[in-house]
Amino acid sequence: MSRRITVDPITRLEGHGRIHIFLDDAGKVNRACLQVPELRGFEKFCEGRAVEEMPTLTQKICGVCPTAHHTAASKALDQLFAVDPPPAAKIIRELIYNAFLFEDHLLHFFFLGGPDLIVGPTAPAAKRNIFGIIEKLGEETGKTIIETRNRVRQMIGVLSGSATYPVCGLPGGVSKRVTEEERNEFEKTAKDAVALAKTALEVFHRVVRKNKVYQKLLHSDVFCHRTYYMGLVDDRERLNFYDGMVRVVDPEGREFAKFEARDYLKHLEERVEPSTYQKILYLKNVGWKGYVDGKESGVYRVGPLGRLNVSEGMATAGAQEEFERMFDALGGRPVHNTFAYHWARLVEILYAAERMCELSTDKRMTDAKTRNVPTNRPEEGMGVCEAPRGTLFHHYKTTPDAIVKELNLLVATQNSAAAISMSVEQAARAIIQDGKVSDGKLNIVEMAFRAYDPCLACATH
Amino acid sequence: MGSKPKIALYWCSSCGGCEESVIDLAGDLLTVVKQADILFWPVAIDTKYEDLEGIGDGEIEVTLINGAIRMDDQVHMARLLRKKSRILMAHGSCAHLGGVVGLANFFTRDAILQRIYHDVPSAEHVREPRFPGQGSQEAPLPYFSNYVQTLDQVVSVDYYIPGCPPTPELIKEAIFSVLEDRLPEPGKVLADDKALCHTCPLSESKPDTIRIQRFKRVYETEWDPTRCFLDQGIICLGPVTRGGCRARCIRANMPCRGCFGPLDNVLDQGAKASALLSAIIEADDVEELEKIADSIPDPGGLFYRYGLAASVLRGKVGGGTR
Repeated sequence: MSRRITVDPITRLEGHGRIHIFLDDAGKVNRACLQVPELRGFEKFCEGRAVEEMPTLTQKICGVCPTAHHTAASKALDQLFAVDPPPAAKIIRELIYNAFLFEDHLLHFFFLGGPDLIVGPTAPAAKRNIFGIIEKLGEETGKTIIETRNRVRQMIGVLSGSATYPVCGLPGGVSKRVTEEERNEFEKTAKDAVALAKTALEVFHRVVRKNKVYQKLLHSDVFCHRTYYMGLVDDRERLNFYDGMVRVVDPEGREFAKFEARDYLKHLEERVEPSTYQKILYLKNVGWKGYVDGKESGVYRVGPLGRLNVSEGMATAGAQEEFERMFDALGGRPVHNTFAYHWARLVEILYAAERMCELSTDKRMTDAKTRNVPTNRPEEGMGVCEAPRGTLFHHYKTTPDAIVKELNLLVATQNSAAAISMSVEQAARAIIQDGKVSDGKLNIVEMAFRAYDPCLACATH
Repeated sequence: MGSKPKIALYWCSSCGGCEESVIDLAGDLLTVVKQADILFWPVAIDTKYEDLEGIGDGEIEVTLINGAIRMDDQVHMARLLRKKSRILMAHGSCAHLGGVVGLANFFTRDAILQRIYHDVPSAEHVREPRFPGQGSQEAPLPYFSNYVQTLDQVVSVDYYIPGCPPTPELIKEAIFSVLEDRLPEPGKVLADDKALCHTCPLSESKPDTIRIQRFKRVYETEWDPTRCFLDQGIICLGPVTRGGCRARCIRANMPCRGCFGPLDNVLDQGAKASALLSAIIEADDVEELEKIADSIPDPGGLFYRYGLAASVLRGKVGGGTR
């Protein structure tokens, strides 16, 4: 008899989700999907609010990636009021941003997705978590991970008020200046962050890449989707989290589009599905052809692997080395294997830490001028940045007295939404053949979405 | 292992920020797991709903639920966890007061769905608007209710941990006060009953009387970071907000927005805020008074930023039915 297996809730991710697997009479997988059963309504209830509140209001979409919303919102305010932040503010914002990317990616490697890799994909459920990782790597290493991550978060707190909810973003700059003493501390923290990034990569090469199940997943064609990829790049086509042009490459890795964030409506469209509250993004100029990959389908992916696939290289030395190492091992750009997301994320962790080092040594940061007060009348503004999980767009329209009239948000995980569901179905098909499931098998199905580190609270907002 | 007390952490209509501040316990989190078993915590632990349903009533020593109540399955989960737990705590502003997501109570359910799934400029152009939940019998979705509720509007709550998010120190204190059996009387908000101004680093600069002729917005003005915000004409909700946040916004040179909620004897934080501001407006006649009051942008959204769902009015739609 045909039946449905439901994994509820899916775990070790941000937000609510469940997986449905539909089996046929013979116990083979007919279909599987990831469903997001939540909605809050930010795109409506931010209407009527004072626009300067958007950095602190929209970030409540997500307490795991608040800084992405805070930053996109602050940048949208810059554009809305046509005001450019002074150099100190730009450095402070980018330092906060890279510190945030670092601690957020690290959260995934040690708390969310990493336990499957470090403790093992089919380890007992009770061990597949941070506490299992600490048991495996030893309490000393565990403490270093937790304490260093914590120090980076405290640094964000000093700069912005709070790592969970920064409040410093204003149109044309930031609210708080940095003292030389603080900057000195940041420099030390950044060095420790680089050391921890290297430890994470070392654990990945030594433990994860040697794990037979992971090896199989990483090198199998079964877990590939030949999709388009999207991410921000700087003027030399290198990855940048904070700013740049949106670049899209096709499944062969050739540039398909490159555009300013404000032109997003020409390139991206959202699809509404009956079985999920999440809107599914696809490339408008390719079109929606269903949950399929290939050049004819508008399905695309973002986040760590997406960003590395659209970049010609990394802007810091250590990260560039790891970038080359990854693409050499996996057969060159673009890499289509979903489980390579984990590796790409670690390359990005090192970049974020190295960029923190560069920024924290820049003494212009301590300049007293951290704001340019706007004098223009607001009308419309657009902000973009690379959230840990992909490209994030904030678009506001206001009345002349700066009250929000309309607000539209395209949030990171939404970009990969179709592919995430495809990966879950792909894994279910590969793992379940005779209708029999076990905790370990279902965990491998969950690993298919965890590779993306989705944030489903963001995705529905 | 079996004799350790059990703890559960869950989220409803939330953002994950309350989870992050549990993770921010850092080294103390390792101490917690030495003394207790975390039985259920979807963000970090692989326990499923069926595992939770299988345990006995009252078997969990303490459960912390964060997030407001919006979807109908969240009502079910709140009731289930209430039944399984000896002590239930509302964790963070959303569970406590409705939080930022409670601002949705300014709008009807239909208006929210229409905007999100049809009217946004990036939505696919279709003749008939499509909405989630329509025509999906195979995998039904929970219902997006007519309005947002606080946790204690759905189940009885023993304690409240305030803040968006609460500080790790407050969460630690809440958990250890259970483990060390030193809880105060039920119904308490687990933070000092003192306004933020008492612990504000700018408090010495706050004059005894403040007189305001125009409220200034943060985007259009520069201010002295060593002086009380209110005295400079910038709205700060410090006087009507519980402290305990370590003045984190003030330390970042930004005014308070009220996330720790009202003090013990205050029924409605927004009403209290408007009373406070009315008292400091300096006007000779009604016309002038109105002009000054008009310089406050979006007073509803500002005064009820975190507490609309818990307020007397509960928002435009709060009096309706689910």
